[in-house]
Amino acid sequence: MGNVLVCIKRVPDFSGEVLLAEDGQSADARFVGFTLSDHDSCAVELAVQLASTSGGQATVLTVGSPDSVEQLRSALGVGCAAAVLVEADPVALGPADVAREIAAVVRDHEAAGTAYDLVLLGNDAADSGDFQVGIRLAHELGRPVVTGMQTAAVTDGTVRLQGDGPEGRETYEVPLPAVVTVMEGGVEPRYPTITGRMKAKKIEIGTRPSAQAPAGSGRVRLTLPPPTPSSAELLGEGPEAAASVVDLLNRLGVGR
Amino acid sequence: MSSVPATAKVVVIGAGIVGNSLVHHLAELGWTDIVQLDMGPLPNPGGSTGHASNFIFTVDHSREITDLTLDSVRQYKEMGVFTESGGFEVARTEERMEELRRRMSSAKAWGIEASLVTPEFVKEKVPFLDADQIVGAFWTPGVGVVDSLRAGTIMRENALAKGVLTVVPNVEVEDLGVEDGRIRKVVTSQGDIEAEYVVIACGVWSPKIGDMAGVKIALTPAVHQMISVGPCPQLAEREGEISFPIVRDMDTFCYERQHGADMEVGSYAHRAILHEPEDIPSLDQAKLSPTEMPFTEDDFDPQLEQALELMPELLGAEGAEIRYAINGLLSLTADGSPILGESEVKGLWVSAAVWIKEGPGVGRAVAEWMTHGHSEIDISHSDIARFYPHEREREHVRARTSESFIKTYGIVHPAEQYESDRGVRWSPMADSQKSLGAVFYETVGWERPWWYESNAGLVEKYGDAVMPRENEWDSRWWSPIINAEHLAMRENAGVIDLTAFSTFDITGPGALASVQQTCVAQCDVAVGKVIYTPVLDAKGGFLSDLTVMRLGEDHFRVVTGGAHGRADLQWFTRHLTDAEIHDSTEEISTVGLWGPKARDILSSLTSDDVTDAGFGFLTSREITVKGVDSPVLASRISYVGELGWELYVPFAAAAQLWDALLEAGQDHGAVPVGIGVYGSTGRLEKGYRAFGAELDAERSIVEAGMMRPKVKAADFVGREAYLAQRESAPAAVLCTLTVDDHTSASGVKRYMLGGEPILTPAGELLTDGHGHHPYVTSAGSAPSLGKHVLLAYLPLDQATIGNQLSVSYMEELYPVTVGSVDATALFDPQNERIR
Repeated sequence: MGNVLVCIKRVPDFSGEVLLAEDGQSADARFVGFTLSDHDSCAVELAVQLASTSGGQATVLTVGSPDSVEQLRSALGVGCAAAVLVEADPVALGPADVAREIAAVVRDHEAAGTAYDLVLLGNDAADSGDFQVGIRLAHELGRPVVTGMQTAAVTDGTVRLQGDGPEGRETYEVPLPAVVTVMEGGVEPRYPTITGRMKAKKIEIGTRPSAQAPAGSGRVRLTLPPPTPSSAELLGEGPEAAASVVDLLNRLGVGR
Repeated sequence: MSSVPATAKVVVIGAGIVGNSLVHHLAELGWTDIVQLDMGPLPNPGGSTGHASNFIFTVDHSREITDLTLDSVRQYKEMGVFTESGGFEVARTEERMEELRRRMSSAKAWGIEASLVTPEFVKEKVPFLDADQIVGAFWTPGVGVVDSLRAGTIMRENALAKGVLTVVPNVEVEDLGVEDGRIRKVVTSQGDIEAEYVVIACGVWSPKIGDMAGVKIALTPAVHQMISVGPCPQLAEREGEISFPIVRDMDTFCYERQHGADMEVGSYAHRAILHEPEDIPSLDQAKLSPTEMPFTEDDFDPQLEQALELMPELLGAEGAEIRYAINGLLSLTADGSPILGESEVKGLWVSAAVWIKEGPGVGRAVAEWMTHGHSEIDISHSDIARFYPHEREREHVRARTSESFIKTYGIVHPAEQYESDRGVRWSPMADSQKSLGAVFYETVGWERPWWYESNAGLVEKYGDAVMPRENEWDSRWWSPIINAEHLAMRENAGVIDLTAFSTFDITGPGALASVQQTCVAQCDVAVGKVIYTPVLDAKGGFLSDLTVMRLGEDHFRVVTGGAHGRADLQWFTRHLTDAEIHDSTEEISTVGLWGPKARDILSSLTSDDVTDAGFGFLTSREITVKGVDSPVLASRISYVGELGWELYVPFAAAAQLWDALLEAGQDHGAVPVGIGVYGSTGRLEKGYRAFGAELDAERSIVEAGMMRPKVKAADFVGREAYLAQRESAPAAVLCTLTVDDHTSASGVKRYMLGGEPILTPAGELLTDGHGHHPYVTSAGSAPSLGKHVLLAYLPLDQATIGNQLSVSYMEELYPVTVGSVDATALFDPQNERIR
């Protein structure tokens, strides 16, 4: 296998209360900033690992505003070697539009001599949550697709994928080239190093305009679901509570 | 849900390092019924304390900040939360080395162990630092890190254990109730609390809470970026939080501080990123905590390269990743000092814009202040009362902090001027001054001529007597024209714009009683008399020194320096009995006329009697001045040691007076003279003390050599303490010294600017009866003596005329001789020229 393309999205870094912009078209991230979702981060990590094993190159791509360069640089900082920004208004684009834009890049790069054996994407976008781009992209490219995978290993033109399904652990073997959407949990995304970050700054980002005007149904507005009530359980006070804390940590699977 | 108590003696808002320290010290001082609120959970409610880097460098050029820091370190040590690591401030340039030499002066003056060391010395203690990047360093072995959250918990629990504190976390302050200028209650999300005292100690949120009572707290939340890189193998193999000294990379405005296996790199090098207190997220809205804002990578990127340059092996180590990165919010003020003290709303106190290194010290000082009316450590530079109205506006704070942020690790000259938000207050004769080539410096918004380029010709006239300065640092923000103006004033006369004076009138049946109880000097004098007087706090320390004119039986006018005018106004306002006070600062302009020709000049403009017999020293009277459409209040007094008057006129007539004096003065050789003379050379030759330099709350009248034979019978604040001070030998004595030889090792003559330590001729430390070390409180030219003059408080046994000592300047010793051990002037000691 040769090169990997990993597709990411700039999303708000919410962990608590979600705020919407006044026009209801996007989330308001001024208190939290933007980031890659955990799924996207794992996809980037997988891409970097696979490329380094295969001796190929991991390229990161996003379809979005010029601000998305921040997230492209983050991916470059952890080992991607090239980056592509398809400039488009992320609010105006539906999943079909995004899939078409990515497909256009895959085809153009292939025509220019850089073929991607594997295209990785996060399983779903942390903000809009459409769950569609990976499947639509595979359809556009006429490639097989597996969704919700956590690990990937390539041998002799086949990628072996694993992930948790409703019935238990699922394993797939798919011929390359293929499209895979990634769920968090299988790999530990790395943080950037200082040298990685400095290298990332020097890489020129390939910027191109969107290939087509948005054709989807468009978005009316975002609304927030009613807040989920949270409840707190007191485990106890003082040293006596230690045992319950240990028990809880074990139940959560974070104890050792 | 717990709810809040219905009443309290004092409510402290905030449970960061400041609030916790406050409740502890209030409890120690005997306060009961204390309620502490925070909108966040404990022990880390989400303010700046929670993400602080928690390291403490002890040496600062400011004595006040250093004292607060040293007191805080002592308290942290007592609580067992201080880990000594040592700290380096490394220099990459020779210019920085010179600044580090100046830092040595401050270290010696404040008695803190420190030394200048070689790159090899640094390398030995910090093996992963690339010694080729630096030319030297300032080493402070006593630098360390603290656990500020743990300290806060310990202090809070101390107060809880005394049974005098109720702590309520997770409660929102929604309003403050003020009635008749007094705080009455705190409205919270869990009910109202009636309270006699309220302290706003909630850091970056303080302005928002202050606004609820109409009190403008002039600080701004500002971003300080920090990243944490790890695990670094060189650090991971060590035990504990910190085992290598902290490095401040002064020339890149960054620091590197070990935290376990990680190296924290913090930056003050980025653009100023300011926020509004209202735009800080709530706990639920925030990603990490409300004061850990999203990291803006682009702002930090340039620092990565510089940090890597300094510690390539460590920060570039395999596996060392940027694991944590924040735009941390902290509080900045326009002048860099905290905001402490009682606001204009009685009972509503503020303790904000305080950093970890000052927290416990500030807590103690403010608690003492609330209890006794004064604190052991002088904190007058941090007094909330210092601000003029324009200085409390957010625009001013934003402008000044935007300018000063990048100077956090900068090399700041003691006379350095701000460039932003200038031109706020002009005197009525500004147009004339501009045409005379005035070079303006700012004092509390006033643009004051420091010297006039129109006097440049005098430099040639007086030649070497203007004491030119060869070294760039010594002559930065200075001009030999100042000394030329000084000599011209002493030869003929000078006209000085003193519009920046703060003036306020006290009137009413209790006017005399009001000033009597505030001033040390006898104020029950004949109408027309002018009184110079110290103002003391209850422990006998200086709150001010100023002049009072008795303009009528029930009318006194207080005249004080602009810089400290607001605090004085508040003090007098708080001590009125059956009298009213009116601030006339913006209505009355003052022009000084002094010099041997002053009487000739004034008499050419008036038919009033200005002879010595008709207009005695320390008297005031209205006169008519030709060409001025208003009576002029003349006051025969002098801060420059010459015959002359302060002339008070309404703003509308001030330019006329100014023009008339300059025009009439021309025939007599009078020139416009700037504040460079008035504030420095003129007074230093005369040994006149200045508040904020020689005089502060830690100094007494006796130490300052200003004791008069008698103490008035009438009571005044500080009288008891003052009487006691008179009975015993002073622990230190204010002396005037002259520099005997200015020649440095390089042959260049050097001139001290103030703050330098006075040492034995061999360079050993001296210690006074307070355990303090003498330092130069003011330095400047004495052109009429041909000497450079220094004022310093010396130990009693060193305070003898002719005693030879040395001053350390940029790490070289210069011989000095004690010229005066009391208020006796070196120039015209008999004060003949004033008569």
